[in-house]
Amino acid sequence: MLSKVKTLIAFYEEVLSMPHRQEIARELRDEDDLFLLLLYSEMIGIPNPVYYYTLELYPYMLEKFHDWHLRMGMEKSPMTGIRCC
Amino acid sequence: MNAIAVASIGLFIFILGYRFYSKFLAEKIFRLDPNYVTPAHRFKDDVDFVPTNKFVLWGHHFTSVAGAAPILGPAIAVYWGWLPAILWVVFGTIFAAGVHDFGTLVLSVRNKGQSIGTLAHRLIGQKAKILFLFIILILVLMVNAVFAWVIANLFIKFPASVLPIFIQIPLAVWIGHAVYKRKQKMLIPSLIALGVMYLTAVLASNIGFLQIDLVSYMGGAEGAGLFGLGAISTAFFIWIIILMIYVYIASTLPVWQLLQPRDFINSHQLVVGLGILYIGLLFTNPQITAPLTNATSDVSWLPLLFITIACGAISGFHGLVSSGTSSKQLNKETDARFVGYLGAVGEGVLALISIIAVITFFPNKEAFLERYSSFQASSGAGLGTFIEGAANLATGLMIPQGVATTIVSIIVISFAATTLDTSVRLMRYIIAELGVEYKMPVLAKTHVATSIAVASSAALVLLPEGPNGFGSGGYLLWPLFGTANQLLAGISLLLISIWLKRLGRNYMVTLIPMIFLLIMTLYAMFQQVVFQWSWFGSSSNTLLFVFGAIIFGFALWILITAVSALRDKSNIKLDMD
Repeated sequence: MLSKVKTLIAFYEEVLSMPHRQEIARELRDEDDLFLLLLYSEMIGIPNPVYYYTLELYPYMLEKFHDWHLRMGMEKSPMTGIRCC
Repeated sequence: MNAIAVASIGLFIFILGYRFYSKFLAEKIFRLDPNYVTPAHRFKDDVDFVPTNKFVLWGHHFTSVAGAAPILGPAIAVYWGWLPAILWVVFGTIFAAGVHDFGTLVLSVRNKGQSIGTLAHRLIGQKAKILFLFIILILVLMVNAVFAWVIANLFIKFPASVLPIFIQIPLAVWIGHAVYKRKQKMLIPSLIALGVMYLTAVLASNIGFLQIDLVSYMGGAEGAGLFGLGAISTAFFIWIIILMIYVYIASTLPVWQLLQPRDFINSHQLVVGLGILYIGLLFTNPQITAPLTNATSDVSWLPLLFITIACGAISGFHGLVSSGTSSKQLNKETDARFVGYLGAVGEGVLALISIIAVITFFPNKEAFLERYSSFQASSGAGLGTFIEGAANLATGLMIPQGVATTIVSIIVISFAATTLDTSVRLMRYIIAELGVEYKMPVLAKTHVATSIAVASSAALVLLPEGPNGFGSGGYLLWPLFGTANQLLAGISLLLISIWLKRLGRNYMVTLIPMIFLLIMTLYAMFQQVVFQWSWFGSSSNTLLFVFGAIIFGFALWILITAVSALRDKSNIKLDMD
């Protein structure tokens, strides 16, 4: 009986948190997009002094970079140096 | 006649509808495939596209679509007697709303989770998309005006509800902060908030000075208000201005700060409300005192009944939820039956109990006929009667009548307020989108779009003259809200029909409700526009005339589009066909 009540509460909590989880995920993703924009700012003509250091991140963010340029409306990788697709 | 018997028959028919009709739709018409890869899996991004358990998704879908509208419409429509209202709610839910909600969900799932607006563009063309945007714009404008009026009216009628409603705002901000910034669970804080609100309700019901009664501050209904207006007119004016300032702020804040936490509290309120009503019904075992049909009605039930009860029988708004969010989160295609069809049935259950609460409230038939003396009187009195009737059922659970009245009015006002917030926000988005469409980028700015949305809604609610003067005629807009909503449902049903036809399946299941809806809408608007609101009509009103004429034109447009789209042999296939 007690376990059933617990399942019910967990279910209810999930119903409540569904739209919220989505909103948080969206805000986090927007933040990530901004971060990536800062990293690759030279691409759009804003000089970036840490450009060369960011290259070290290359292996870690290749996949994320791919998702990001798709979200930003660019079908192919905009940088010749990064060949994700 | 016994109310429990009527409610049981209604619920039983709902069960039959779900058990058999939705099964028929799922297997023979939509041919759901358990192995189909839904958009939630195909485009999984953990933000919009997330495969979700069907029970959770149903819970979210139901709480998004159920609000104040399925209470208000039925509470007015019992004017023609309880039988027509119940029949339309029960059969409308099974044969129209269920098909519509289920169908839009499947259509969207089969088309990359796209929304009805995008699908209209792809299936019919650019014109259809603009038409669609305008109908939604009118719909949300009506929603803003009607619900602002409803809240102001209830604040005046039930002054004890004011304080608990305003306490909900800081509580919601607190929950938003606790959950978002400190990653706490939502259940406990939102239950605490609900407890605080109801405690305030108990206090406000019993302590006079906690009731914020603007009319009595100005010396009662006969007292003089500001600017030479009567006390009631002034009270309406003040509440509407306060509400408009509030929605301006609420709709420009990030959703997690106010809107979402309010939804958490409101989903508890939905559970509490339905529980109080259905359990109260069992304990009080009341008799139906309202007449079966009203022989003395001054306005014919045909076609107005089908416009008055929109939400609760069929509502186009559900298509927006089905195709906007639910379709992106459906785990398996076969879950669509449970989420879509049963979501509509859930709203039917709410509409059914609203009718029961009203028709069991009166001591006898004469008392009913006195309050529901004309269609206009019932439009103004419907919601107040529902609240008193629901409080009456709540007395079966040992809740004192006064406290129960306050709590039920809080539930209704909270629903109306959330609807208002959301629809002002929606209106802002649409104005921005139209601004982009017509190359007026200034309209896309948040504060410009919100100002236009708020100002036009305030103008619309304040202009119609009612029996209590300035601002009290907001309920006159209700039939317009109903028709706009039905038109939206008409477009969605049209899209599903076109889709089914192109697949070579039987599309009568959606075409027949669509034709029925369009005929009722055209008939009602023609009658109202020509015989009532025009310059030679019985109650001439330019504003209502203009809106009615626009809606009438749109309905005709859809009908023509429908005929040409269905006759179109070009057979443009959709991706997933």
